[in-house]
Amino acid sequence: MSRTTLDLWVGVFVAVGFAALVFLAVKVGNHSGSSGPIYTVSAAFDNIGGLKVRAPVKSAGVVVGRVGSIGFDKTKFRAVVRLDLDGRYTFPVDTSASILTSGLLGEQYVGLDPGAEETELKTGDQLQITQSAVVLEKLIGQFLFNKAAEAPASAK
Amino acid sequence: MNALLELLRKIGAMTIDGVWRLGFIARFFCVVLRYSGQSFRRLPLTIREIYFSGVLSLLIILVSGLFVGMVLGLQGYDILQRFGSIDALGIMVALSLLRELGPVVAGLLFASRAGSAVTAEIGLMKTTEQLQAMDMMAVNPIARVVAPRFWGGVISMPLLAALFSAMGILGGWLIGVVAIGVDDGAFWSQMRASVDFRYDVLNGIIKSFVFGMAVSLIAVFEGYDCQPTAEGVSRAITRTVVSSALVILALDFVLTSFMFRGL
Repeated sequence: MSRTTLDLWVGVFVAVGFAALVFLAVKVGNHSGSSGPIYTVSAAFDNIGGLKVRAPVKSAGVVVGRVGSIGFDKTKFRAVVRLDLDGRYTFPVDTSASILTSGLLGEQYVGLDPGAEETELKTGDQLQITQSAVVLEKLIGQFLFNKAAEAPASAK
Repeated sequence: MNALLELLRKIGAMTIDGVWRLGFIARFFCVVLRYSGQSFRRLPLTIREIYFSGVLSLLIILVSGLFVGMVLGLQGYDILQRFGSIDALGIMVALSLLRELGPVVAGLLFASRAGSAVTAEIGLMKTTEQLQAMDMMAVNPIARVVAPRFWGGVISMPLLAALFSAMGILGGWLIGVVAIGVDDGAFWSQMRASVDFRYDVLNGIIKSFVFGMAVSLIAVFEGYDCQPTAEGVSRAITRTVVSSALVILALDFVLTSFMFRGL
């Protein structure tokens, strides 16, 4: 086979291979977290339920960041969650964070509800108002307890 | 008593042989790297090897990728419809291909299609004393024969694995969306929402690159190291395919446990 046809085929192969890579990168994958600067804030929760590292942080349903890490505060016995927020979005300092579930069986995520303060959150800040995850077992337990407490009263 | 001694002696010989081969392959790798610069100065040699191991593997990679993707589409649909979440078909097909099946199956196919050919070629060159002849003419056989084949494989493998994954996703789409009727928008948007470029795509590419290095090194080494007889060449080819497959699967476990640990 002559040199030029060989080069042509190899060129086609490399071009098609890179086209596949671009297809995987653009059409299949998303670039969350890799684009632009981020700033990091933390939030302490009484109970994070099944929240995982890299879970999305959403405000008004839009993904604005990711959970960076999850730790445990030894003195206050609370879970400390580090949130990596997209630098394009800023929030007031009195923003509240709550752990929510998408759908009944969906993944858990952190929801941010913006407050009304003028000053904005910056790296190192801690969110003061937090709401823990709803633990289904506790909810059912409470429900059964209330039912049991009701039953004798209605029997009379 | 004598039988026991004989057994122990055999185990010892096998261990020493194994360690010796491991050391030899590591030194061989260093030599290949050292003479790579020389072979890159004559780029057409490497381009020719990319043609033989990359372009000629295209057909088997594309067809296998398509069929693996179509099977994933069928099986994924069957499992996901039990949970009423057929919209997640795209996620399942894309993640299983990008993370595992793409690099691993492409690596296994590459080892049996291209690795065996490289071993046979180098082994036959050694049997017919072409390598010694080159040495006599002051042409370094490592730089002239071995390094181009090694780099040809290393360059081809990630591209082939990416093509395999892309074809597989297309196959899954064909079965899921075109044949069964999963919603087209849900298929792509759910896939895009949960496939992360750095975490899933890039890790898959790193995997395929590592597999390409391993398979190419094994192929050129077995060829270079074979007994210079017809039987020796055939044995070397068998060893290439078998040990490539084992190394790919073992490396895949190691890489997976580093990359996707409990996240």
